[in-house]
Amino acid sequence: MTALLPLDPDLVERARRLAAQAGQPVVDLARSRTTLSVERATLRLAGLTGADPDGIPWVNRLVDAVADQTGIEHGAALPVFHALAQGNHPDLTRLAHASAAGGVKFELPTGGAAETARGLARAAVGTGFDRIDAQRRARADMVARIGDPPQRPWIYLIVATGDIYEDMPQAQAAARAGADIIAVIRSTGQSLLDYVPEGATREGFAGTYATGENFRLMRSALDETSREVGRYVRLCNYASGLCMPEIAALAGMNRLDMMLNDCMYGILFRDINPIRTFVDQRFSRQIHARAGIIINTGEDNYLTTADAVEAAHTVTVSQLLNEYFAHEAGLSDELLGLGHAFEINPELPESFRLELAHALLARQLFPDAPLKWMPPTKHMTGDVFRGNLLDGFFNLAGVMTGQSILLVGMMTEAVVTPWLSDRDIALQNVRYVLGAASGLAEDFRPPPDGFIANRANQVLGEAVDLLGRIRDDGLLNAIADGTFGIMKRPADGGRGLEGVAERADDYFNPAGEALESSEEEAR
Amino acid sequence: MTRIVRPYGDTTGDGMVQVSFTLPVPHDKRAEGAAAQLAAKMGLDNAMIVHAKAIGAGHTFFVVYGAARHLVDLDEVEVVERDYPLLSPKEVNDLVKERLGRKLCVVGACIGTDAHTVGIDAILNIKGVAGEKGLEYYRELRVVNLGAQVAVPELVNRALKEEADAVLVSQVVTQKDAHLHNTREMAAAFREALPPEKRPLLVVGGPRFDERAAAELGVDRVFSRGTTPGDVASYLVHRIIKEPVA
Repeated sequence: MTALLPLDPDLVERARRLAAQAGQPVVDLARSRTTLSVERATLRLAGLTGADPDGIPWVNRLVDAVADQTGIEHGAALPVFHALAQGNHPDLTRLAHASAAGGVKFELPTGGAAETARGLARAAVGTGFDRIDAQRRARADMVARIGDPPQRPWIYLIVATGDIYEDMPQAQAAARAGADIIAVIRSTGQSLLDYVPEGATREGFAGTYATGENFRLMRSALDETSREVGRYVRLCNYASGLCMPEIAALAGMNRLDMMLNDCMYGILFRDINPIRTFVDQRFSRQIHARAGIIINTGEDNYLTTADAVEAAHTVTVSQLLNEYFAHEAGLSDELLGLGHAFEINPELPESFRLELAHALLARQLFPDAPLKWMPPTKHMTGDVFRGNLLDGFFNLAGVMTGQSILLVGMMTEAVVTPWLSDRDIALQNVRYVLGAASGLAEDFRPPPDGFIANRANQVLGEAVDLLGRIRDDGLLNAIADGTFGIMKRPADGGRGLEGVAERADDYFNPAGEALESSEEEAR
Repeated sequence: MTRIVRPYGDTTGDGMVQVSFTLPVPHDKRAEGAAAQLAAKMGLDNAMIVHAKAIGAGHTFFVVYGAARHLVDLDEVEVVERDYPLLSPKEVNDLVKERLGRKLCVVGACIGTDAHTVGIDAILNIKGVAGEKGLEYYRELRVVNLGAQVAVPELVNRALKEEADAVLVSQVVTQKDAHLHNTREMAAAFREALPPEKRPLLVVGGPRFDERAAAELGVDRVFSRGTTPGDVASYLVHRIIKEPVA
């Protein structure tokens, strides 16, 4: 849509420059480190699947064994494929079995042996990338043949019963009822598991576990429904938490279309170590770029803990940081589902105009990004009638400001997980607003010196000020000081730091190598 | 004054209520008949099916109005009434300063897998809720907010280390009664760690709790929906500073 706000282009450029300056040291830090999960993701790409009788995945068993014997600072691939090259184990899986039984000694090869191991490792992860590339082509083919949703915003609905076999028919029903994107919410607490559960799962808490097999099952159910309803129904899950890189790899190989993947969410809201998060995130975003997966960032979350007016500029700051990190990892604007939310206290005078100002600011700062517009949650009180009205205004703001992905708000937010009827009423609300006002954006021209324009400029100005402070303090210090969402998260605190290692000079990771070069090609 | 009441539509005593529900049947005449029969069994006289709409092929959503037959005797209603005076932040600060002579320490957390800090933050963060500032705003309170997904042993250790006067635990998102299990586990852990006279006041809160269940859960107080920081601060002062206000 055309630019509606008189934003100062120099100020916008300054904001981006500051975000890059604030982010650069963190990228340097990420490039010089690896994590247990990055190494496990590499072995997943190389084809290692399955779990031991206790449900601990073989990738965990194998990487833990390598970590004990050689450390992960050289990368797991070199010792693992060197061991495989000895010829005593026919494949990675049986090497993992033998290793778990204590029968494998891992060591770092040198010279020709190292070359052999590197060659084997590159070929093995190549099969994983072939799967990812084939899935990307399959998506493009299906979209070309079946088509995208006829309207924008795309309608995003959440399904989560805990049982993948219940989720599938529910997701199919939601797609038939109008959903363009199905998100399967994860089981509460999965982000804190340092392994990805294996296989199809039927039990979860307030959500369903993200597993490779659950991904495959749900994608295949939605492929069937996509053909039936005549539009490609996208599938969304979460690449977050301690296993972010592995889940990204599983998503790429099983044709997930969108993944929640925020640069700071795990740090702030799950107390995962900041360094672990930034290292894992870079690798996962590189995989998303390769797989053509749209990432969804989580700025809406800041507004659930902080005040949506006072903290409006922290959303902009986080969007700019997410954009910088995403571009650096090779994601194009079309894959950048930056988040924001309708969370201003409805008791506040002119709250709707403030929402319009914030939503337009995001739209104009990121014109080519598929922005994700998130519904009210914080001020949903249990009064379902008022909630339905608020969701209607949320939908209207989304239409007026040209949002790309609309997460359907539920009037029963904060009361129950959505009932069948709640979802139906919510979709009716969306359809009414889209039907009644889908072209309203054409007529909506806020005056350049009016309330909305002034508010947007004020938020941008505050964002630039904050970015300046973050650049001067360092992003890690800013996170430690509680700049985002009020949570204070020091760089040496939180979960998962013990799984981070500084890369040695001979660090080798065939997946990282391939991802860096596909990023180069994309540039 | 009558202590027996019925729901009120637009005339005293009309008993009118509105309910909505979904039946797992396709939308047809039989479905509407089934909805009317259900309404009658729910105790509604002259139920009117004012709205019936198919949801997909196999479900129908209904909105029903009718007169509830049931009566409520207000004298037989059991609730936990506030049994302490509501104080302003200044009154709280003054009382703590005068009678305790040191800052009153509150340690708060969401325990178990619950990652939703909205409840504990509403009570503790300076931002507060419903126009009231949170406990961090009270000059004479020292607040340690441990945030989300805190393990019970970690909470106990921290409460010991901080010499907490009170421990506040919030449980918002809960399934299969996890909030009750977590609360009992927490209460048991504190009982094990400390003799009764040293144990901090244990307070839990969240929308799913029954305020009458404090004794059964092993805690001192349960707060439910609609609790404000002022309610909590007043209660803490009432319990911890025992001398009556002069």
